[in-house]
Amino acid sequence: MPDATGLELIAQELREAEGASVVSDTLFFRNRATLSVEPAHIRAVLAHLRAQGYAFLASVHGVDYYPHEPRLGVVYELLDMARVDRITVKARVPSDAPELDSVTPDAADGAGWPTANHQEREVYDMFGVVFRGHPDLRRILMPEDYEGHPQRRDFPIGGEPVIFTYNEHDALGGSE
Amino acid sequence: MSEYRRREQSITLAPFEEQLEGQRGGGQDEPTQELLTLNFGPHHPATHGVLRLLVTLQGEIVRDVKPIIGYVHTGIEKTAEDKSYWKVIPVIERMDYLSYYFNAMAFCGAVETLLEVEVPKRAQYLRVIHLELNRIMSHLVWLGTSALDLGAISMFWYCFREREKILDLFEMSSGQRMHTRYFQVGGVIEDIPRGFTEKLQGFLKDMPGRIDQYGALLNGNEIVLHRLRGTCPLDAETLLSLGVTGPLLRAAGNPWDLRKAAPYCSYEDFDFKIPVGTHGDNYDRYACRLAEMYESVKIVQQALDGLPEGPHITEDRKVALPPRHELATSMEALIHHFKLVTEGMRVPPGEVYFPIESPRGELGCFVRSDGSSKPARVHMRDPSFVNLQATSPMVKGAYIADMIATLAMLDPILGGIDR
Amino acid sequence: MAKGGVGVEIKRELLSGPGAGGQLTGAPGAATDLRVRSLNARQLLRGGDLEGPNPSVHLQGSDFERHVEESIMTTTLDKAVAWARSNSFFPATFGLACCAIEMMSIVAARVDVARFGFEAFRASPRQADLLILSGRVSIKMAPIVRRIYDQMLEPKWAISMGACCSSMGVFNNYALVPADKFMPIDVHVPGCPPRPEALMHGVLKLRTMVQDDPDMGWRERYDARGTEEVLPGA
Repeated sequence: MPDATGLELIAQELREAEGASVVSDTLFFRNRATLSVEPAHIRAVLAHLRAQGYAFLASVHGVDYYPHEPRLGVVYELLDMARVDRITVKARVPSDAPELDSVTPDAADGAGWPTANHQEREVYDMFGVVFRGHPDLRRILMPEDYEGHPQRRDFPIGGEPVIFTYNEHDALGGSE
Repeated sequence: MSEYRRREQSITLAPFEEQLEGQRGGGQDEPTQELLTLNFGPHHPATHGVLRLLVTLQGEIVRDVKPIIGYVHTGIEKTAEDKSYWKVIPVIERMDYLSYYFNAMAFCGAVETLLEVEVPKRAQYLRVIHLELNRIMSHLVWLGTSALDLGAISMFWYCFREREKILDLFEMSSGQRMHTRYFQVGGVIEDIPRGFTEKLQGFLKDMPGRIDQYGALLNGNEIVLHRLRGTCPLDAETLLSLGVTGPLLRAAGNPWDLRKAAPYCSYEDFDFKIPVGTHGDNYDRYACRLAEMYESVKIVQQALDGLPEGPHITEDRKVALPPRHELATSMEALIHHFKLVTEGMRVPPGEVYFPIESPRGELGCFVRSDGSSKPARVHMRDPSFVNLQATSPMVKGAYIADMIATLAMLDPILGGIDR
Repeated sequence: MAKGGVGVEIKRELLSGPGAGGQLTGAPGAATDLRVRSLNARQLLRGGDLEGPNPSVHLQGSDFERHVEESIMTTTLDKAVAWARSNSFFPATFGLACCAIEMMSIVAARVDVARFGFEAFRASPRQADLLILSGRVSIKMAPIVRRIYDQMLEPKWAISMGACCSSMGVFNNYALVPADKFMPIDVHVPGCPPRPEALMHGVLKLRTMVQDDPDMGWRERYDARGTEEVLPGA
């Protein structure tokens, strides 16, 4: 992990390279470095970090910060295999406009990260974050025509009622 | 040269583009090949679980493969948000259902990082023993079912014979064969019983000879060699850009293994090698996993020989249950027990990603806690989910039979893919 | 083989040692082969003293009836068919999740399902008659399981293995369907995952059910007329 000063240096470089508003926060927690960035610049940030050596995108996953806004977060875990270094990049999008540039495809601003293909589809399926430019943004785990985004915090957990003796003769319960 | 060989040599399959040109050029001798889309699964003997593939075929050559998953999606991550931290462990174990100790290890490691509790040395060694035994068991099931796919049916029984021995050991230490709930936050739930060491020693003495037997059965078999050697190779750079880790990446030549690169849970105390392949074809993937079994046996032997004395779980009573004899004498122990059982442990707010090396690659657990006794988000970065993206580049241009062999060598576990 | 048993009479002689030499011919050293004598059906049915001086004298009257009761099995055709069916289930390979690994364990050598006659796991549902639903059935998979079950030919049975398909199991959430909601299950095997011995117990229980109750089909058994799959546009 880059230590706390290393993290600040990276943030400083990013601000210089991309603009002062790109990095909104840095967090060094339990020996792990996290950069919070503005969602509009996510491709540029990842490209910059790739140039620094963090060439392996280990994970793309979503978090729901309900009820705080901006509510939906997308977390990118980057790994530098040569120096065995990990860094986390977090982008939070509001729930009324949950859109983000997809980092999967190669675009004019640099090479893409093909590993994010299925993972971004999963974030879309479970949280509803739309990735602009994704080659094939469809639901991946739920059926194609499912309505709702299950892993949002306000989605009910669902399930069957447990049948005890007091409710076994209800309409939802068992027979006899 | 015999007539048969001469005819065989005259059959060439022109590359797809040349054939198209031949069609456009109006050549009557060129066979008109259409693309056939075949639905493969989800119920199919060779799909290793409920994996559905849309295979676009040109004759018998695979031109494109699209995996469709979600047929065993269980909502594990959503269920985990509903339960207190130690109740999440049985739920999260059932994700990648062949490497259940690894799932529990990733989650417990993440929560222990958040809590900043120290796992005692004996617990770490016990964890390593069970993790490596689980690795051997996962590779045995992989080997048995892959050989079954290739047609070497009798391997199945030999591999499962060893698997039963390992499951007997798991049953000794925790009472359950699969999904043992043995790892807890802060250590392991119980110390190993009397007789475990002897049984484990006996198993470790026999195991290298058994792996030799498996090698002897398959390594010299011409059919297996023809099906595996040179089929569906993929280079390390493409694999890295696709996010693939584990034996697939090691077979392509990149010796990345989290146990050596970023050791966790006392792996730095053990001396073992990382098997690495050269060509990245199916045979290297098979050979890497076979060699990994030898190395795991070595690790378990070293861990067993060096097993230190000490507690099997952390002494922090806010995290781990107090031992039962204390409940009779200490009021605090009673209160801690009550709080832990009813409410669960409270974890300070924060987010942590904890990666470990599972038999299929990098298994990471992301836990976000908001200060309460239930996690706010649990996400498992499953290696099979990411490795599945490598199927399409691997099998483009290969025969269907090679695709079956590649699926077997990929070792996808649909429970982890779908969660 | 008991005297008067069905088929062929075989006598075994000692090759050497005390008692060797046989008794039938009395010639020393001649009794080195198995002695085989085929009996015709009349001799079998009529019984009588096959060894004695008058082998063609058959039993009469009550002796004959007792002989028939002792040596020949009579049954109804239904019971015979039920016996045959129950001892040769062809399970369909239908592993979904963790229970599938334990289902593979019953095929393995420790709990050997082949000793009961059930080792012929067929991949095609048309050739199988037992569906061991092993693992959690998600909402995406449920219509496919139903379609596979419909493709199986009658008589067919289903075992719901494990807690996840019998009830919701460990995961009581939006993503799973208990198997009872979309297909009839004959035996539920609890466990998470059930031990191979437990699954074997469930399969043997099904075998007993089939042997004792050779009925027509599951729709009569469950009073489930009208549950046939309705295809859209039909």
